[in-house]
Amino acid sequence: MPQAKRRPPRVGDSPAVRRTLIGFVLTVGALLILAPLIVIFAQAASLGLDGFARTISHPDTRHAILLTVLTALIAVPINTAFGIAAAWAITKFDFWGRRFLLVVIEIPFSISPIVAGVAYLFVYGLQGLFGPLLEAWDVKILFALPGIVLASMFVTAPFVVRELVPLMQAQGRDLEEAATSLGASGWRTFFSVTLPNIRWALLYGVVLCNARVMGEFGAVSVVSGNIRGQTNTLPLHIELLYHDYQTAGAFAAASILTVLALVTIVAKVLLERQGAGRVHRPALAAPTGKSA
Amino acid sequence: MESSPPPRSATRNDPPHKGEGKKRRRVLPGLPLSLGITLFYVGLIVVLPLGALVFKAASLGPEDYWRIVSSARAVASYRVTVLSALAATAFNLVFGLALAWVLVRYSFPGKRLVDAIVDLPFALPTAVAGIALTTLFAPNGWFGSALAETGVKVAYTPLGIMVAMSFTSLPFIVRTVQPVLEDLDPTLEEAAQTLGGSDRSIFLRGILPLLMPALLAGLSLSFARSLGEFGAIIFIAGNQPMSTEITALLAFIRLEEYDYQAAAAIASVLLIAAFLMLAATNILQARALRYTARG
Amino acid sequence: MKIRLDNVVKTFDTFRAVHGVSLDIESGELLALLGPSGSGKTTILRMVAGLEFADGGHIYFGDQDATDIPVRDRGVGFVFQHYALFPHMTVAENISFGMKVSKVRRSPAEMSARVADLLRLVRLEGLGERFPTQISGGQRQRVALARALAVDPKVLLLDEPFGALDANVRRDLRRWLREIHGELGITTIFVTHDQEEALDLADRVVILNEGKIIQQGTPEEVCRNPSSAFVMKFLGDTNRLSGSVKSGVASIGGVTLDADGCPDGAAEVYARPSDLEWSRESGIPASVLRVIDRPDGRRLVARTAGGETVELDVPPETVVRAGDEGFLRIVRMKVFAA
Repeated sequence: MPQAKRRPPRVGDSPAVRRTLIGFVLTVGALLILAPLIVIFAQAASLGLDGFARTISHPDTRHAILLTVLTALIAVPINTAFGIAAAWAITKFDFWGRRFLLVVIEIPFSISPIVAGVAYLFVYGLQGLFGPLLEAWDVKILFALPGIVLASMFVTAPFVVRELVPLMQAQGRDLEEAATSLGASGWRTFFSVTLPNIRWALLYGVVLCNARVMGEFGAVSVVSGNIRGQTNTLPLHIELLYHDYQTAGAFAAASILTVLALVTIVAKVLLERQGAGRVHRPALAAPTGKSA
Repeated sequence: MESSPPPRSATRNDPPHKGEGKKRRRVLPGLPLSLGITLFYVGLIVVLPLGALVFKAASLGPEDYWRIVSSARAVASYRVTVLSALAATAFNLVFGLALAWVLVRYSFPGKRLVDAIVDLPFALPTAVAGIALTTLFAPNGWFGSALAETGVKVAYTPLGIMVAMSFTSLPFIVRTVQPVLEDLDPTLEEAAQTLGGSDRSIFLRGILPLLMPALLAGLSLSFARSLGEFGAIIFIAGNQPMSTEITALLAFIRLEEYDYQAAAAIASVLLIAAFLMLAATNILQARALRYTARG
Repeated sequence: MKIRLDNVVKTFDTFRAVHGVSLDIESGELLALLGPSGSGKTTILRMVAGLEFADGGHIYFGDQDATDIPVRDRGVGFVFQHYALFPHMTVAENISFGMKVSKVRRSPAEMSARVADLLRLVRLEGLGERFPTQISGGQRQRVALARALAVDPKVLLLDEPFGALDANVRRDLRRWLREIHGELGITTIFVTHDQEEALDLADRVVILNEGKIIQQGTPEEVCRNPSSAFVMKFLGDTNRLSGSVKSGVASIGGVTLDADGCPDGAAEVYARPSDLEWSRESGIPASVLRVIDRPDGRRLVARTAGGETVELDVPPETVVRAGDEGFLRIVRMKVFAA
């Protein structure tokens, strides 16, 4: 009698199926996901250390990096505050149109960033709703930092909310009601009861939101006007270098964003170990059931 | 088991300042503030621009609108966008399902790394993905040169568009199917096994239908993302009008030509397509989940 | 179908769940595996089904060694505690699943006739088109049974079949399962931790603890002749009194009783509440601590002069109050060496 631990095979446990599937997945994964990652660093490395340093320290590149960071520093905190407020309103109260509000918040997720960019033109552009008014007041929104920030906030509007709502819904209202019944104020309740319970999910949403803001291309490319050294964010600068036939330079700049992407993935994995990102049911897919 | 509800009068014992008659009382503070912020933000950031776009497109008048959105160049762009998106989604269906299955059901060295790297297409800026894929598949690239020998051209053809769309929408199906597969009740599979089902029939009749709602959600997200994708595609597509020009790019080009009306009209087509996808997703999912509804 | 387990062993990681269990199950028998959680009863059932492989020993179906036959070819009907009904299939589709995936081809008409028969058997006529979420727990378990029976299993295995149901529903389903078993005569093994359920339902009860068989026999045998203190305690409320045995005579609290066959030395005397009587005249001196009135009688909680607390059932007419002094008389008892 063999001593090895044997489990009865589950569906798909036969060696042939197992090996075929793992082989298929690893091969396609290597070609489609890993290869692009490698080519970015290979191209960037082809510049040599000096060339890489020169590209990165070029004033236009430095300005693009700065603009990207500045955009994230403005858009991400505002978006986070909104995300918390929306999640609080949606999960702690019953009001008419709650589900509809959630659907509206998730709209940017399914809309082309180009559509978002074009839409912003028709609000703040010269042909737009407020265009003439803004020009009269000499306020510049499009082709300037505010436009870039607004477009970034549009594409990332659902990021924090969609992490918080399922979690806060699952947690219910008992803790907050208990705290309030003990005499805690609303702010006090939020900071000492709610926030500690959602902090990892919140951070998770913030990390993903930040990655998207720093990497956004389509929407920003419409509203920024692509002015070199002025309204070029890093992704736009990469496009510019690439079309200038400075391929290696483009990849040098791209490698910065790629490192950011890898850091984001590591942070995501670490946060998932803390339980963030786990209570995920597509918010729209949830069957209409009894919810507390 | 029915437990008898507590007597209605019990609420009378609550502190009097909270009594609000028959209405459900609100215990927690902050509704006006949080809802106010939410509505203001959603109104300003999401609804206002989309409203402005719709308004602009609507102000065209039906004839002009129809002329723009049904022009040969626009129709060609819909064709290439939709067909590429369908092909990319079909590819992702097979690959995503296999990937989710492998990640949940098997263990092998490096599995955690594979699991983590699946998110790369979401984390990597689309422009970066675009130039990386183009460099790989360009005629002198690693893959492009190898493929050239077999006569297959990817970069600057609709196939390139499909590759870019597959890449950017890859994680959707994996990430929607994976948790459902993880939570699948193992006794269902065991029950099917005791009833004599082969692996094939258990998978097709027992497991796949249970994955269907998640699979549909992933499919529609993947398809919607492919329809709207811009950054990753424009580098690899070649962008030739009538053949490799996607709809999002056409809207962008009209804008650069200062033809704002055409830009609005074409963007509105993309917007309508997105809304139709949203609606279709909801309907399909409600159907797939009909058995969870209590009758 | 006769089933035989020969020295079956199962280990999970470092935890040994089943230690060399041997067991014969007669054809047509209704057998209960009874034990506390962690006693290995479910593991044994799953090994018979082929849902776990034994690490040692053999399982025979009739004369055939079934130890290595995969679950799908073993021909068992398995009913899970939480039903394991396919949520995306109707009741009728669930029941016909086994026939649909079977290597034996059946015509649709044949299958729907069989489904109708089974629905009648489990008394769920007219519910064939419902989904599992649209019927009650008891109904779901009956569907699960019908599904298991649809493939004409050689043996029916039930894992805590009534564990997730309310007390009233459990009692009804028990009687009903007994009837179905009588009608079909199929060899049936069920697992339970509820001694009342096992005694009520089974032809034979196998009592397990820590992966070993402690005792097996008819309900009468295990109730009247528990082989150990564990069985005595596990089967129902019991009182434990300490005493000693010398030359076949036990003395407890100054009273001597016959204890044939017990070795000399310290002993534990077990008596159920109904095995004790309250007396004003003679017995073990005790005082009443509490009187508990119940619809079917009166229970006394008393303390012996030796300081041991016992519970006993007395006729409801008995005139007694807390604080009364009196005597315990042992009508029946079991003596085990301490």
